[in-house]
Amino acid sequence: MSKTMFDKIWDKHVITGEPGEPQLIYVDLQLVHEVTSPQAFEGLRENHRKVRRPDKTFATMDHNVPTKDIFNVQDAIARKQIDTLKKNTDEFGVRLAGMGDEDQGIVHVIGPQLGLTQPGMVIVCGDSHTSTHGAFGSIAFGIGTSEVEHVLATQTIWQTKPKTMGIHVHGKLPKGVFAKDIIMGIIAQEGVAFGVGYAAEFYGDTIRDMSMEGRMTICNMAVEGGAKMGNIQPDQKTFDYVSGRKYAPKNMAKAIEYWKQFTTDDESAYDKIIDFDVSDLAPYVSWGTNPGMAIPVTGDFPAIKDEDDQKAYDYIGLKPGDKPKDIPIQWAFFGSCTNGRLSDLKIAAQYMKGHHIANGVTAWVVPGSRTVKEQAEKIGIDQIFKDAGCEWREPGCSACLAMNPDQVPAGVHCASTTNRNFEGRQGVGARTHLASPAMVAAATINGHFVDIRKEQI
Amino acid sequence: MEKITTIDSTAIPIMRDNIDTDILIPKQFLKNILKTGYGKNLFYDWRYEKPNKPNPDFILNKPERQGAEILISGENFGCGSSREHAVWALKDWGFRVVIAGGYSDIFYMNSTKNGLLAIILPKDEREFLAQAPADAKITVDLPNQEVRYAGKTFHFDIDPLWKHKFVNGLDDIGITMNYEQQIEDYEAKIPSFN
Repeated sequence: MSKTMFDKIWDKHVITGEPGEPQLIYVDLQLVHEVTSPQAFEGLRENHRKVRRPDKTFATMDHNVPTKDIFNVQDAIARKQIDTLKKNTDEFGVRLAGMGDEDQGIVHVIGPQLGLTQPGMVIVCGDSHTSTHGAFGSIAFGIGTSEVEHVLATQTIWQTKPKTMGIHVHGKLPKGVFAKDIIMGIIAQEGVAFGVGYAAEFYGDTIRDMSMEGRMTICNMAVEGGAKMGNIQPDQKTFDYVSGRKYAPKNMAKAIEYWKQFTTDDESAYDKIIDFDVSDLAPYVSWGTNPGMAIPVTGDFPAIKDEDDQKAYDYIGLKPGDKPKDIPIQWAFFGSCTNGRLSDLKIAAQYMKGHHIANGVTAWVVPGSRTVKEQAEKIGIDQIFKDAGCEWREPGCSACLAMNPDQVPAGVHCASTTNRNFEGRQGVGARTHLASPAMVAAATINGHFVDIRKEQI
Repeated sequence: MEKITTIDSTAIPIMRDNIDTDILIPKQFLKNILKTGYGKNLFYDWRYEKPNKPNPDFILNKPERQGAEILISGENFGCGSSREHAVWALKDWGFRVVIAGGYSDIFYMNSTKNGLLAIILPKDEREFLAQAPADAKITVDLPNQEVRYAGKTFHFDIDPLWKHKFVNGLDDIGITMNYEQQIEDYEAKIPSFN
């Protein structure tokens, strides 16, 4: 019987348990951050347990670190979480890229950047966007704090094997249309729960021709369609990306030889297949309060079909029949684990170069990691943003989830390169419109969304 | 973990679909380093008109609804962020059972770690239960996998391992420690590329 890449990695990691039941699987890498770990370390302490494999555990601070004046944490409780992670990682011998550290950044940006993320691995983190790492041909998924504690103590986790879904993405991506638009388009078409109970594998010529960064954006948002895991078979691009990074295998030839086995035999191995043609895909913009409430930039906002739609329109302050260009953009956010990598900032800067942001718009650029920030500064991208009137800030999750003071004010429409447009996500009453970095850059300049395929900006 | 066998309790219906974990517990309450104290902020944005001013129309604030241990809801409950604080907040408020049309995978796993029984029932059955008056008791019988109310009995499915854990109040890490030898054997076979 033919197998998916997912089946092959899963089967190699089973310690005990039968298919169809919860199985105990081995974890190769756990990434840890300050928000979902304090209770886990406390649990270990209460039960006199150790971290079983500190060498397979890596911690950083991202969720509520300040992105301005980084050593001056104003919020006393956030300060306590940050101090607690330092204390916990010291006590349990876990590596930490803390505040100001050259490796600090959003956990899903630094994993790949440091070469910690590798094909064939099982990777977990107390954060739902852990699906990002699936772009490297690994099984990667978000877990809760009790599971964080379980993995710290045992380096294993109980999971029921999900079904597999193949998402066939094919066609040449039009100019001005990006990985972000593909995943937003898939979720708009299939809904926010189509992937529940599945590991989604993206494949096809569009994926094959896509950069590792684009693949990460797609797998990152698989979870917004309900798929806890999104993955892509590893290829030469994957191997080249990992090669030479700080924690990459020393014997790359041997590693690549091993990783090459993780392929999907053929399409019959998937439990379900979705087809998605990108040849005529348009840039997407979200209008509502979940990522499925999104339309092509040229479309009209849909009619109200249920109470959820009504509540979404009430919250967002728009009406059916309006278009993305009618949204009065007053705020813009560039960053997050979805689109906070160097390539994302480069694309946004291309659109931003030589322009100034529209009157009355506040724009923040928050690089995904300290390394991304330094690389961007080296090639002068920071200056392009600053000249355009944007604020260039320190790395972190920032206004993607707005745990720190980086919040979008109530009632304000924010064009955002992030992943969630939930009620209150970017601040109480804040109105989030998800789009690609290029679309957000163009919206920032114009004060409203434009079709970047056509209009001169 | 607290054991769950049979629960007789009143219920609170909040029948919207896609209730996400940002709705259950907004991020400003995730900065604590404890597992308790989140109940007062459950459904915060819907529950309070402004800080410390409860919205009297929201069902969780109604005097006749206090003490309910069962929450009835829509499809795809607990979607969004992985925050276990959502489960802690539901538990801390006093809920021991959620009955929904489906759950995000991460939320479901979190519920199994904290003695929150997450049951899936079809829409017509949930709507029947949601009609129960504020003082009517619904019976959730985990050993027999049944929800009973007003002479009707609805069967639900649950994985035998999770059921065993709930009924006996077992701790996951304790169970896994019994596999120490297998874990060591596995580690000895992991390929090295150094």
